[in-house]
Amino acid sequence: MLFKEWEGFKNGIWQEEINVRDFILSNVTPYSGNEDFLAKPTEKTEVMLKKVRELLKAEQEKGGVLDIDTETVSSLCNYAPGYVDKENEVIFGLQTDAPLKRSIHPFGGIRMVREACASYGYELSDKVEQHFQYRTTHNDGVFRVYSDEMRAARHCGLLTGLPDAYGRGRIIGDYRRVALYGIDKLIEFKRQDKAKVSQGDMNTDTIRLAEELYQQINFLGLMKEMAASYGFDIGRPAANAKEAVQWTYFAYLAANKEQNGAAMSLGRTSTFFDIYIERDLQNGTLTEEGAQEILDALVMKLRFIRHLRTPEYNDLFGGDPMWITEAVGGMSQNHKTLVTKSSFRILHTLENLGPAPEPNLTVLWSNHLPEAFKKYCAKISVNTDAIQYENDDLMRTIFGDDYAIACCVSAMRVGKQMQFFGARTNLPKLLLIALNGGFDNTFNTKIGPQTDIMNDEILDYTKVIERFKFYLTWLCKLYVNTMNCIHYMHDKYVYEKTQMSLHDTDVERFMAFGIAGLSVITDSLSAIRYAKVKPVTDENGIIRDFEIEGDFPKYGNDDNRVDDIAQELVHIVHEELKKTPTYKNALHTLSVLTITSNVVYGKKTGSTPDGRKAGEPFAPGANPMHNREQCGAIASLNSVSKLLYSDAMDGISNTFSIVPDALGKSDESRIENLVSIIDGYFSNQAHHLNVNVLNRETLLKAYENPEEYPNLTIRVSGYAVNFCKLSREQQREVISRTFHQAL
Amino acid sequence: MCDTLRLHSFQSLGTLDGPGIRAVVFLQGCPLRCICCHNPDTWDFSGGYEVQIGELLEKISRCRPYWGKSGGVTVSGGEPLLQAKQLIKFFKALKSEGIHTALDTSGCILNDDVKELLKYTDLVLLDYKYTDADDYLKYTKMDIKKVQSFLSYLNEEKIETVLRYVFIPGINSDEESIKKLQEIKMFYSCVTSVEILPFRKLCIEKYNELGIEFPLKDTPEASKDEIVAIYEKFPDLK
Repeated sequence: MLFKEWEGFKNGIWQEEINVRDFILSNVTPYSGNEDFLAKPTEKTEVMLKKVRELLKAEQEKGGVLDIDTETVSSLCNYAPGYVDKENEVIFGLQTDAPLKRSIHPFGGIRMVREACASYGYELSDKVEQHFQYRTTHNDGVFRVYSDEMRAARHCGLLTGLPDAYGRGRIIGDYRRVALYGIDKLIEFKRQDKAKVSQGDMNTDTIRLAEELYQQINFLGLMKEMAASYGFDIGRPAANAKEAVQWTYFAYLAANKEQNGAAMSLGRTSTFFDIYIERDLQNGTLTEEGAQEILDALVMKLRFIRHLRTPEYNDLFGGDPMWITEAVGGMSQNHKTLVTKSSFRILHTLENLGPAPEPNLTVLWSNHLPEAFKKYCAKISVNTDAIQYENDDLMRTIFGDDYAIACCVSAMRVGKQMQFFGARTNLPKLLLIALNGGFDNTFNTKIGPQTDIMNDEILDYTKVIERFKFYLTWLCKLYVNTMNCIHYMHDKYVYEKTQMSLHDTDVERFMAFGIAGLSVITDSLSAIRYAKVKPVTDENGIIRDFEIEGDFPKYGNDDNRVDDIAQELVHIVHEELKKTPTYKNALHTLSVLTITSNVVYGKKTGSTPDGRKAGEPFAPGANPMHNREQCGAIASLNSVSKLLYSDAMDGISNTFSIVPDALGKSDESRIENLVSIIDGYFSNQAHHLNVNVLNRETLLKAYENPEEYPNLTIRVSGYAVNFCKLSREQQREVISRTFHQAL
Repeated sequence: MCDTLRLHSFQSLGTLDGPGIRAVVFLQGCPLRCICCHNPDTWDFSGGYEVQIGELLEKISRCRPYWGKSGGVTVSGGEPLLQAKQLIKFFKALKSEGIHTALDTSGCILNDDVKELLKYTDLVLLDYKYTDADDYLKYTKMDIKKVQSFLSYLNEEKIETVLRYVFIPGINSDEESIKKLQEIKMFYSCVTSVEILPFRKLCIEKYNELGIEFPLKDTPEASKDEIVAIYEKFPDLK
């Protein structure tokens, strides 16, 4: 291959095959300096920003949804081109024909769309209703095959947040490929792949693959058509920085027009863009202001991406999150840093445009990152609370140096790996079901194998563990099989052809299971082991509560007696899951991540043996339970860092909140100390850290007067939210979390 | 007995008591009764809990990756000098690991054990509560000569010292006192800086829980601006 658009780039195998990684490694200009070169917003950016803010305000005032197109089923070419301000736009493209107008995606499930429209005062059009009378949706398919037991586990929230009525998400197209190679070339490669498949035996697998490839090729064509409607020819490669960003954004936009996936990351683009920016700067065709303007424009567009969800969905996840995760920084496998000036530029958008949850900027942290970049990240954290950190030294050994993060914490090689999102299971609930011999005491329903109730005077640790493991074996089999049903049907009825067209045809798959309530079940088992826990039963003999006598070690204090329980739990869940085969032979992975759903899970779970009362929230992700940490932040971080990434390769989320005064005496020392903390945590092989540097008083004020804090952004669990968009209950829960303080 | 310390609590992340990120060991027991005391729950000698020094060292070693280039261990209290004998062993062990040690003290004891302990101490955070002898006695129940001779000893031994002064509006907030602090800093070359800490009343809840009346409950808190103004007026404090 040879394109005139590639002039000035260094040669490499990336010119012979689709290989964005090789392009980056061959052409990257690492940067170890500081942030002094960064530019302020341009006039155009300021004008756009004003419009963006007005639109966002209008959306908020209308109850969270500005408008819905109820007539048109979303796809790549179903809307006329949309603009915010054609004169001042630098990067073009909207999901529908107007900014913040939401589209409908009924292929996942028509009922969800109907309800979402209704809850915002709209009615789904007759046209769409009629059409979908004759179509099977993903949701229809799943419920045709769900067993009674699967329905029961879903009903009582033992398996929860299942992607069975909307797009599963967690797939990252390699959107950069469109910029580097152009659509025409990508189609050519896919055609070759399809021809190869057809040469072999046609069986269930190959026939399915051939049809998938047909759809991929079809939608690559539609992507080109969509861009043409805005006046761009993305059939050819991008010729400069602006085009590289525009082409990449078009690909990402196309994915969002086709899918309403729960979390659709952007990938790892800033260093890729940097190569184009450097070339333009060298040529004299771009200035620093211009470079920043392009990235600011991209980020403004990303902050406009929306999907239509039901209010229940928003309750679960806290507002209207998209998880447009962009991975920044990291090291290459040949020990060069992948930090470039554009790593700074993308973080700088938080300063130019103000803090916001999207895109979900995720720093791939290595102890070898340039010091100046580490400090700049810490500075942005202290000032905005809008970024998260993940351990590149840990992930790079498994995923190489061109991986990105799907959703919050799920690593995958860009364009080479994908995952089947597996939602999560509520472990404290499972423990209660086990103790009650197959009875859920929140929904008052039988579930799972029926055994006797463990109403012993004092619970015996060994007996409880034995019982728990018995139920875990039952659950894990059910869990894997449920996910198999969901993903089979998702592929059948809502296959992600746009995103998969930007993957290698021979893709590696994960099935990413998850657990919720790790700290609650860990402390519960610790209480049973080290204190005396007496079950309290009702008139029917059902355990409803527990009396605890004596103290017990609690997770979050760097105490191995209890931290070992947490580590072992994660390990045995993963081992049990692996015993049941997965759809398309995906690799079983596990996450310890709950997002904001820890509030809802807590609501649906009875009192637990650790002293948590029925209905009270769980701690998020892998966090220790609120206010049980008695030895300060580092002890807490140490406890979490003991969970093994090899057991939970889909990510271990930890949210760390500290008041500014406890982090250091001056701005400078706060930044230095934060760098040391992150370095220390990750050198212990920990995986992920959300950082909030703020006072509880600020949150209390925002709770009382939300209108005064419209942009208050905080990290919750793998992503950031606008504090004011959380439900009142979630806000209270965030306020009640541990804020590490000075004594 | 020599192998254990009586702790009030352990704080794995301290950033205010010495350079960098520090593990802070709060010891239990204090002979003073300063009216501005923030930690009345550390007074009682029989309170707290015993910890094996070995166990504490192990805990600290797990904090070490977080310290970066600076950082270390600070022993505070309570009054750490009451447990000087046991602390010798603790600090010796820390020094043999190359760990920076700091002692946060009122300087109320200067015996052979304390002198031995200071051999393994890199930094002393010395509470210099009042510059006037009468005030000192009145508000701490201790003779100012004790802290003065402690400071002289630190100076002789050339141990880096930071003076800490809790600035209490209406009690020790007069310019004369601050001037004296600056003079002390000039006179004793071991003193590298004077930290003026604003008086706060966050501890009121602790007093209420213990059923003790907080003597300064009606005294106003010092504002950050007041502290900034002092440093501006007396730049040599830094």
